[in-house]
Amino acid sequence: MEAAVKKDFEFEQKLKMVDEMLEKYRGQRGALLQALQEAQGIVGYLPLEVQKKVAEALNITLSEVYSTITFYSFFNLKPRGKYQIRVCLGTACYVKGANKVLDRLEKELGIKVGDTTDDAKFSLDACRCVGACGLAPTIIINDEVYGRLTPDKVPEILQKYE
Amino acid sequence: MDMVTLTIDGQKVEVPKGSTVLEAAHKANIKIPTLCFLKGINEIGACRMCVVEVKGARALQASCVLPVSEGMEVITNSPAVRESRKVTLELLLSDHNLECPTCVRNLNCELQKLSEELGIKSIRYPGEKHAPRYDDFSPSIVRDASKCILCRRCVSVCHKVQGVGVISPNHRGFNTVIAPVFDLSLAEVACVNCGQCIMACPVGALKEKDDTDKVWQALADPEKHVIVQTAPAIRVSLGEEFGEGRGAIVTKKLPAALRRLGFDKVFDTDFSADLTIMEEGTEFLERLQNGGKLPLITSCSPGWIKFCEHYYPELLENLSTCKSPQQMFGAIAKTYYAQKMGIDPSKIFVVSIMPCTAKKFEAQRPEMNSSGYQDVDVALTTRELSRMLKEAGIDVSKLPDEEFDDPLGISTGAGAIFGATGGVMEAALRTVYEVVTGKELTNIEFTQVRGVEGIKEATIDVGGTKVNVAVAHGLSNARKVLDRVKSGEANYHFIEIMCCPGGCVGGGGQPILSSEERWDTDYREVRGNAIYEVDRSMKLRKSHENPAVQTLYKEFLGKPLSEKSHHLLHTHYTKRPLYPEV
Ligand code: SF4
Ligand code: SF4
Ligand code: SF4
Ligand code: FES
Ligand code: FES
Repeated sequence: MEAAVKKDFEFEQKLKMVDEMLEKYRGQRGALLQALQEAQGIVGYLPLEVQKKVAEALNITLSEVYSTITFYSFFNLKPRGKYQIRVCLGTACYVKGANKVLDRLEKELGIKVGDTTDDAKFSLDACRCVGACGLAPTIIINDEVYGRLTPDKVPEILQKYE
Repeated sequence: MDMVTLTIDGQKVEVPKGSTVLEAAHKANIKIPTLCFLKGINEIGACRMCVVEVKGARALQASCVLPVSEGMEVITNSPAVRESRKVTLELLLSDHNLECPTCVRNLNCELQKLSEELGIKSIRYPGEKHAPRYDDFSPSIVRDASKCILCRRCVSVCHKVQGVGVISPNHRGFNTVIAPVFDLSLAEVACVNCGQCIMACPVGALKEKDDTDKVWQALADPEKHVIVQTAPAIRVSLGEEFGEGRGAIVTKKLPAALRRLGFDKVFDTDFSADLTIMEEGTEFLERLQNGGKLPLITSCSPGWIKFCEHYYPELLENLSTCKSPQQMFGAIAKTYYAQKMGIDPSKIFVVSIMPCTAKKFEAQRPEMNSSGYQDVDVALTTRELSRMLKEAGIDVSKLPDEEFDDPLGISTGAGAIFGATGGVMEAALRTVYEVVTGKELTNIEFTQVRGVEGIKEATIDVGGTKVNVAVAHGLSNARKVLDRVKSGEANYHFIEIMCCPGGCVGGGGQPILSSEERWDTDYREVRGNAIYEVDRSMKLRKSHENPAVQTLYKEFLGKPLSEKSHHLLHTHYTKRPLYPEV
């Protein structure tokens, strides 16, 4: 309970910071990307409350804001998980079956790419070559690289983060 | 004007500087196929169907966004161009939920027509296909993403023409979908149900909620007394679906067609439009004389009403409390008419034929039941009526002339012009002027408020009082007028707002024209002109002269704004949220 109150309070504080940040972009529809980037920098992700603020400040529709957020993979609609899993879909990894690893991750976690588990523990993203092609296919969890993966190795790895 | 000369397929063409190659070709009667292009609304070069070869350029160019230049040499019909267009089209078709025979746009579909014209014989790229994805929670609009070709015509209309902007391309690549935020239903966001997105869609990805089954059932039920009202704008549009020209007047074919479908009585919304003028005109005078809230803003257009509730709730008090003619009709049908005919109102089934998808939403508003029943049971669009008639084998163009029934089928020219932008204002002025001055109007045609210009203003002398009026159609124009009212910049007394460009003749439930036809024909203007012709042909042209309306007041309502009128013919509005909850 107390934790929840604290969390709400922090969130409110962050929304205030977003308001202040947006002042300099008021009425400038061209500043959408910068504004979203800075807002995400403050809040960590872009929930509806933040999207509304951006739409109102820049005088554009919520629909345009949402469209832009979902177009760029570096924007997040949900808070990122404690452990951020990035699956390399670069050419080398792809050729070695990265998508099968991704499928398995989605299945194990019960979420799709771009999403975060309900307990906010894991989030799952795809990314381009991470420069470890020799280990293909690879995934990165926070800063840890895991290579030469097969779908069957996935549960074992996830267990380490219980 | 600076002119530029270029050559297209060996033909010299001169066009103003800044024109596109597509425009130049159009001028020279050289046809270039298009798909995402909608003149003046969506010129974004998204689909690459319109590619051409330009001498000196390496790649093929999209002609709809390619500016002309002096001496440019364009080829529209080389093997490379034809192959490129075919590949583009086949790729679209490979991920298209092809089900033409059962599709609402069968035989009126730009994708289908292009496939035929470009001679597509097989699809060489069997690819991953999207499963059907329906959003049919809205009472008015149905989306089926599996037929969407991502042309974005609907997005442009919704944002630019209507100033609403609740749909956009979301996500990217294969996952791109045109949808509201968070992929919610249109029913959950501030969509006003105008259907202008449907009018812009080249394919069957957007359509009205089909309610024809409910009407067939009612017609087949011997217990039910099924009556129908037809909106003013239907008489200048239904004929188009049966091979008559754009804007052909079919007023007298309508009763014949509807009787043959099996309706027990065939009435006319023009009647209740006259009734609306009696109530709204009186309301206006009362507000004017007693210091009531001004400007008074008309309330017949349900898309506009929902727009006001979402986007301008601070102006709700300015709205006329009058129900729309559709709803006044329903309330009178299930009270006055029921009593007069000795029919149990629970047995009366009211169908309306409307040029409008928002009327479906309006009919279902919970407050629209002052008769003790849902006042209007089903609202069908012009397109749905046309489908029913075709299913029944009734060809409107081959029917004899017939008359509407008494008493709710008697109307004046003032009721008829409700169908075009400026019409409600003009009808109101005809009556208000004569009521105030007690004198007959010498010229009843208020041409200042007619026509397709987005915003029209006039000052009318009504017996010494100068009345400032404004007329706006298309919600982005409405926004401009309302912002002026809010800022105090404009001092209007009376404003007419119609949700759809052109007014009801351009409604979202009307026959759909292809992008190609729209380029050459302003269908709203053509249909609007026809509406004024209907007015000119009427013996009575002022609402207060409608004998059936006079009798209604004598026998039942008393006088305009009486207690009974208030109960049956007036309504209230609800502030609605701008943003959805998620
Ligand atoms: S949208 Fe056009 S091509 Fe697609 S199923 Fe319907 S009629 Fe056929
Ligand atoms: S019905 Fe009107 S408001 Fe709703 S999505 Fe279509 S164009 Fe936009
Ligand atoms: S719904 Fe229709 S108009 Fe909108 S993008 Fe899809 S095909 Fe184009
Ligand atoms: S492609 Fe995956 S690490 Fe290079
Ligand atoms: S790109 Fe020109 S019509 Fe679509």
